[in-house]
Amino acid sequence: MLAQQGKWIGQSVERVEDAALLNGRGRFIDDLGAKPGTLHAAILRSPHAHADIVSIDTAAARASPGVAAVITAAELADITAPLVAGVRAPIETRPIAVERVRYVGEPVAVVVAADRYLAEDALDFIEVSYKPRPTVIDPLAALAADAPVLHEGLGSNLVSERHFTYGDPERAFASAPHRVSVSVRYPRNTGSPMETYGVIAEYDPHEGAYDILANFQGPFSIHAVMARALKVSGNKLRLRLPPNSGGSFGVKQGVAPYAVLIAAAARIVGRPVKWIEDRLEHLSASVSATSRVTTLSAAVENDGRIVALDWDQIEDCGAYLRAPEPATLYRMHGNLNGAYDIRHIRVRNRVVLTNKIPSGLVRGFGGPQVYYALERLMQRIAVTLKLDPLDVIRRNLIPAGAFPYRTASGALYDSGDYARAVALAVEKGGLDDLRRRRDEARAAGRLYGIGYAAVVEPSVSNMGYITTVLTAEERRRAGPKNGAQATATITLDPLGSVTVKVASAPQGQGHRTVLAQVVADVFGLSKDEIQVSTELDTAKDAWSIASGNYSSRFAPAVAGAAHLAAVKLRSKLARIAAAQLNVRAEDLVFAGGKIFSRTNPDAALPFARVAATSHWAPATVPDDAKDALSETLFWTPPELTAPTDADAINSSLCHGFIFDFCGVEVDRVTGKVRIDRYVTMHDCGRVLHPGMVEGQIRGGFAQALGAALYEELAYREDGAFLAGTFADYLLPTATEVPDITILHMESPSPFTPLGAKGVGEGNCMSTPVCIANAVADALGAEAIDLPLTPAKLAALVHGEEPTPPRDMFKPRVSKPGERRIIGAGETRVRAAPELVWKMLLDTDVLASVIPGAHGVKKLSETRFLADVTLGVGPVKGRYKAEIALSDLDAPKAARLSGSISGALGNGEGSGVVHLAPDAQGGTVISYTYEGAVGGKVAAIGDRLLDGAAKVVIGQFFAALARQIGAEEHRPGLMARLLARLLALFGVRR
Amino acid sequence: MPRLNAGTRHVVRFTLNGRPAAFEVEPRMLLTDALRHLLGATGTHVGCEHGVCGCCTVLIDGMPARACLTLAVQAEGCEIRTIEGLAPSPARLSILQAAFRRHHALQCGFCTAGILMSLEAFLATRPDPSAEELREVLSGHLCRCTGYAPMIAAALEAAAKLREDAVHV
Ligand code: FES
Ligand code: FES
Repeated sequence: MLAQQGKWIGQSVERVEDAALLNGRGRFIDDLGAKPGTLHAAILRSPHAHADIVSIDTAAARASPGVAAVITAAELADITAPLVAGVRAPIETRPIAVERVRYVGEPVAVVVAADRYLAEDALDFIEVSYKPRPTVIDPLAALAADAPVLHEGLGSNLVSERHFTYGDPERAFASAPHRVSVSVRYPRNTGSPMETYGVIAEYDPHEGAYDILANFQGPFSIHAVMARALKVSGNKLRLRLPPNSGGSFGVKQGVAPYAVLIAAAARIVGRPVKWIEDRLEHLSASVSATSRVTTLSAAVENDGRIVALDWDQIEDCGAYLRAPEPATLYRMHGNLNGAYDIRHIRVRNRVVLTNKIPSGLVRGFGGPQVYYALERLMQRIAVTLKLDPLDVIRRNLIPAGAFPYRTASGALYDSGDYARAVALAVEKGGLDDLRRRRDEARAAGRLYGIGYAAVVEPSVSNMGYITTVLTAEERRRAGPKNGAQATATITLDPLGSVTVKVASAPQGQGHRTVLAQVVADVFGLSKDEIQVSTELDTAKDAWSIASGNYSSRFAPAVAGAAHLAAVKLRSKLARIAAAQLNVRAEDLVFAGGKIFSRTNPDAALPFARVAATSHWAPATVPDDAKDALSETLFWTPPELTAPTDADAINSSLCHGFIFDFCGVEVDRVTGKVRIDRYVTMHDCGRVLHPGMVEGQIRGGFAQALGAALYEELAYREDGAFLAGTFADYLLPTATEVPDITILHMESPSPFTPLGAKGVGEGNCMSTPVCIANAVADALGAEAIDLPLTPAKLAALVHGEEPTPPRDMFKPRVSKPGERRIIGAGETRVRAAPELVWKMLLDTDVLASVIPGAHGVKKLSETRFLADVTLGVGPVKGRYKAEIALSDLDAPKAARLSGSISGALGNGEGSGVVHLAPDAQGGTVISYTYEGAVGGKVAAIGDRLLDGAAKVVIGQFFAALARQIGAEEHRPGLMARLLARLLALFGVRR
Repeated sequence: MPRLNAGTRHVVRFTLNGRPAAFEVEPRMLLTDALRHLLGATGTHVGCEHGVCGCCTVLIDGMPARACLTLAVQAEGCEIRTIEGLAPSPARLSILQAAFRRHHALQCGFCTAGILMSLEAFLATRPDPSAEELREVLSGHLCRCTGYAPMIAAALEAAAKLREDAVHV
């Protein structure tokens, strides 16, 4: 072939994507015009973690202005089928709840209306009656014999259990002098791209075909899942991607069920339907990484060498198993030894369901969970055997001469020199200096620690790894699955210019730029002459189930496929040029926009002319260079074979190496972590664009920092979702992300066309545990779980804080899906207690001082019904409140109890009001309240919710004081006012 | 302040990137929705609709503001600048934009519009900022792709370049 030195590959050229994005001319899904007549959808979601849907009354919503349809499971039953998952199990996963909800945020109904505002208006009018069920959130509790079962057909919450043995772990454990174990819980977190999901869908009843535009990211194996769920053949589901996508990090795979939901809605209304997810929906009901409980033990020699590992992993996939799950658990199956030479491995894998958001792809996909356990174990081995943790890592590394290295569980590590990478990082990253800093800090009495993590970063997933969840027998029955088809198409137009099309679904990674570099190098053109399109259309473009942007496959697989397609086309062009120039094709060089003979540079032709020949004069083209118009190439690496009968699986094609270390200081008082220095060494094979590689590392690091210190999709034990806004789910900002030292080494992959490996996910695997190891070192802590919040660490430093005493109320046990609020306050009014008392019992006064009240009805002397509108953070809605007064002790004290319900949530609670005369003849009103709030409102974070409670109750008393000032002679209001307010916050005794 | 009727639409007139603009909106319509869907100025993005992420930041009378927390009717009589008005001409990037491109300070570009607007306003009042000050400004924005460091480098470089240009004028 006509190999030549690449001019563009390896350069940090400016990105072709940027000019448009910097000018606000990106074309994200919500920027694209929808067809005239397009309707807009809004989704009603479950406020309960687990409940039966007793009834849904949509009549009022249907009558609401602009509403075209209100769609529930009943309307979808005929035109949709379940979404299939990675294992066959008697679980029905549908895009909308059928008769029962199993997590907070699960879709219950869809309103389709003329615009989004009207659609959201109508959501408030849908009346759903739920019968709550017991909830299970903890994956271990989900396995208990008496645990509430989510899917009766399954009989329990255990979807899959498999045991694996590689080598002879039993003997290794029996003969090794030490056994060291860790038990860790990896929390729920997510990629949370800045752009949420979006879908625009349409159905053509004449063709019986769907056309869906969605900011989906692949894998396109899910196209098959969507087509089946919509009950059409694959060619009747045209899936298109917008030109730009605002980040994904795996998460936008999860738009698939919504694409099905909106497409089916479009079919029902007979019009195009558009849906853009909001942030609360995204955080509560898009996709989460799996949470995992892992117990990992090692059989260890005296010098720290690990002979065997024993993995026990309990994977929490949430309320439903959605494709490609349980893939998170198996993505790392070939890599369970990490960067270490360990020949004996035992594995027990269990997949359980709980009342949480279903899991799916999130950057790192299985890596963070595995390495958190493995690298915590390395640190524990060092501490237990009193060794230097770095020595323990070094002693276990796979030796440089061993590549390609076949792991115990079947992965084939392509290339690397781990020991050298560690040595380089230690030297260039200044580990000695960091150790000095630690010694100084400790000498000064500060809590300072150093952490390490060595990680093998897999990329280019084998489509067959998921089938490791099946037994060999089940796999035989289902037929083998393997490979990782990547594709690229290169087209030459009649003016001889070059266009590249790929099915790579970028979400900001600059694929167009890199492909232009790769193809320009092959043709000897300038990168600016290459036009690249990444707007995938399944009806027109080449794609396969492996297409998409996941498992860091772009550089190793997609860019490689583009390179191979270009090389193939180039060899045809060389033959055409050779015929015209009368030279040997082998002697031709492509450079500077020309094709010329190496031996006789005067024999030259412009590239464009040769490239256009097959359009203008096909008859002149030699037989062995026919059809040099367009080349579509599919490439799948032969190394990615199906699992063997012994369950050995080469789960990924490429294996990069990362070695991180960091120094952190934990504030003794607050428990806050400060990162003093962070060094990350990467070997991702050949680097195609250094600037973008650095961007992937920095971005991955920032996400990992969030996972380490701040982020958790938190649930209360009863299933209430606690992280519905960016004030609760805390992404790191510029002030939290420290500068890091990035180092590189290049061990090209022998298995990929360009020698590149993936790099996008590594820090999500290495950084959380590296920081945790440093914190463990600083605190001398043995067990430590993410996120490492100040509260958690302060408790490790000082012991748990005592719970504040509560004198007014006995603590209430919360019901599922609720959130507790407690508060107290005091206000003064100028009127005497007797007058205040009377006003409190007056309906009119109540109606005028309850914030947001539209009307108060008196049911009896001590019971009132109110209609109120309240907003808490971004969640505003109408509620019905019922308030009762009791324990009346005129004019000194009263108890108010109430309950409230509305589309956005429910609450109940109680409060006590005390009236006491002050020295000036006025009254001191003091109050305490305690309540619980459930539903959408409960997903708003503590700060907002507690703050809102304070504000509303404060408003109530301020209004009351005003009212008393204005109408000193009118009797009785306070009771109702208080009652309503308190009820809003769930106050009841 | 005039009283607006919830059920009716109101004509709102203002200046958008130096040109007169108008839309007719219900009082409840957000400025983000009006800019994006009524005027087609889709460069201003919506990342959270609750005032945290900063994607929707525009300049209202020179001050950065969250368009997602602003009602469209509040634009009446204001001078609004959005990302679409940042470049000196369609084919040229501003100094700040060019620095962002050079430093790979954007990946998906979804957060970029808001960040550029905040920096534009900040650099106008503080031509010689420290990295720390820029960090503070950026902390009002969420970016999930870049890790922020390249943005700070880009803003520092742009500030230096702008100062240089100011000297030469
Ligand atoms: S969209 Fe306005 S701050 Fe997030
Ligand atoms: S560039 Fe993607 S969110 Fe900032």
